[in-house]
Amino acid sequence: MTPALNSYVMLSASLFAIGFLGVLLRRNTLVIYMCLELMLVSTTLALVAFSRFNGTQDGDVFVFFILTVAAAEVAVGLAIIVALFRARQTIQVDELDSLKH
Amino acid sequence: MEQIAFTLISLFTLSCAVGVVLSKNAVNGAMCLLLCLAGIAGLFIQLHAYLLAFLLVWVYAGAVVALFLFIIMLLDMQGGRQLKIKGLQGLAGVIAAALLVVGLNLLAVRGRLESAPPVGHEVGSRLSLYSYQLLTTYLLPVQVVGFLLLIAMLGVIVLSRRVDAVPSK
Repeated sequence: MTPALNSYVMLSASLFAIGFLGVLLRRNTLVIYMCLELMLVSTTLALVAFSRFNGTQDGDVFVFFILTVAAAEVAVGLAIIVALFRARQTIQVDELDSLKH
Repeated sequence: MEQIAFTLISLFTLSCAVGVVLSKNAVNGAMCLLLCLAGIAGLFIQLHAYLLAFLLVWVYAGAVVALFLFIIMLLDMQGGRQLKIKGLQGLAGVIAAALLVVGLNLLAVRGRLESAPPVGHEVGSRLSLYSYQLLTTYLLPVQVVGFLLLIAMLGVIVLSRRVDAVPSK
């Protein structure tokens, strides 16, 4: 017996919520970024499951593009974090408070 | 059988995701992320998306997590600071995440999703269908994504240039 579509969607939602919790709770920019990646991957799981249960391939191709964009995004994001560290000597978000009045 | 495998893999993936959020050391977090991605690749295989499982391991586990580890070591975050959660912020975060999971799960349950996969119709497992779709229906997105990768590469080169390399007047 194959697992139902509902279980895949619930798992995807739970992974998304865990990543969201990490983004809200953590103070280290790198860990926040890892949690963002987790959220992104959890949505691809839902897309693949919908694609499989729908009998079409559009979701799979969409995940293909998401993976490509995620790779570019990670490269740019980590470059920004390194530039930030060079400028401020810290990547803890509670110490990066230049915009606070 | 398939249900048992799904349950085991999803429990493994969820616990690794919790590990990413709660690990004090950023390196441990990256390792948990790696295991979590491996679990999701296993779920992709269960959904007959073999190419995507391979690509997920290749791109994410191979490139992205390695890049994360590289940056963690470059910035010397090894020791890290203790995970301290401030009272109100932590409470707000937990409530927000709980609301999100309840809302999305209600949507999934109330939405009356069709739960039987089409039999003998394994679209996602054929490689030739991917190439056909990518070169016909999705030709423009492929070119846009290629251009995006080029722009990202240029952006990273500009961002990672040394600041004092710019001649000052």
